[in-house]
Amino acid sequence: MSRVTLFSICASAALLLYILEMVRRRKLREEYSILWLFGSVVILVLSLKQDWLVGIAHAVGIVYPPSFLFLVGILFILLILIHFSIAISKLHQMNKRMAQEIALMKEKAMEGTSGDPSIGP
Amino acid sequence: MEGTPPRILVVIPAHQEERSIGGLVRSLRERYPYDVLLVNDGSTDRTSETAREAGAIVLDLPCNLGIGGAVQTGFLYARDHGYDVVVRIDGDGQHEVEDIPKILEPILAGRADAVIGSRFLGETEYRGSIPRIFGIRFFRFLVNLTTGYRVTDPTSGFFAIDRHLVEFYSDHYPSDYPEVDAYILMHRLGARALEVPVRMYERAEGKSSITTFRAVYYMLKVTLSFLINRIRRFG
Repeated sequence: MSRVTLFSICASAALLLYILEMVRRRKLREEYSILWLFGSVVILVLSLKQDWLVGIAHAVGIVYPPSFLFLVGILFILLILIHFSIAISKLHQMNKRMAQEIALMKEKAMEGTSGDPSIGP
Repeated sequence: MEGTPPRILVVIPAHQEERSIGGLVRSLRERYPYDVLLVNDGSTDRTSETAREAGAIVLDLPCNLGIGGAVQTGFLYARDHGYDVVVRIDGDGQHEVEDIPKILEPILAGRADAVIGSRFLGETEYRGSIPRIFGIRFFRFLVNLTTGYRVTDPTSGFFAIDRHLVEFYSDHYPSDYPEVDAYILMHRLGARALEVPVRMYERAEGKSSITTFRAVYYMLKVTLSFLINRIRRFG
């Protein structure tokens, strides 16, 4: 077993445990943990099952099998970043709508109070 | 629109316009019987108080949403309060208050669903910088090509729309640089858009939201969102 393989087993196992712990403590929502869990499991399995890794690496034309692990890791990082961009866009939309609702509600609340501008932030 | 006269709301989005907003609101209130709504887009100066003292209804956004988000807040207000027509005018004195009847007339007569004031129709004194003129020509070409609307002033923020567009824009209005995008939305709805000549001035106070540095971003963003809107579904 090469050192890089050993390292990737340890690293992906640690990542897996860390993500599970964060979800257990409710510091990470399940919906955001799925890609992380899936990614670390795939890397862990490929690190443990050397012959699978070698087989797939050769099938896609990669001479040095551990570099296939890096490729898988990078692809998961890309997926997770896209996932974040989508989540941010959704939050942006929700935040905008909330700001608009707040402005409308403040105006409605002030309607009856002769509109004293000193009320509010 | 028979019987009761149409209810008209003038929407002014404003960010840090305390020096020009009072005069604008007062001249609107003196000249027209319309309600005036100021949407304060997170200003930290006295924009909001000045407008309120001058007789405007004021909506204070808790944070800066950008021009599209602010204008959309005005549309939401108009929708919730049952206005028939919304006129949108800039808060910096760029648009001529006296031209509002020209913008309203085709809508009230039932000849158009949206009327946009153009600084390039009729006799014009407008002279913009070279990049700005180039940008306007580019967007003019883009709008004409993809929607068939013959527009001369695609970035004009001086317009009036009827209640159907108000309702649609309440849910679908771009966050920033919304005017060009709006043509796609109108095209998708089959709205009748019409341009009328208006006067526009160089900004009296404050500075334009478009600096030279942001011009390239502006072009890319608007072009992208314009083209995406062509293929988007609206639920």
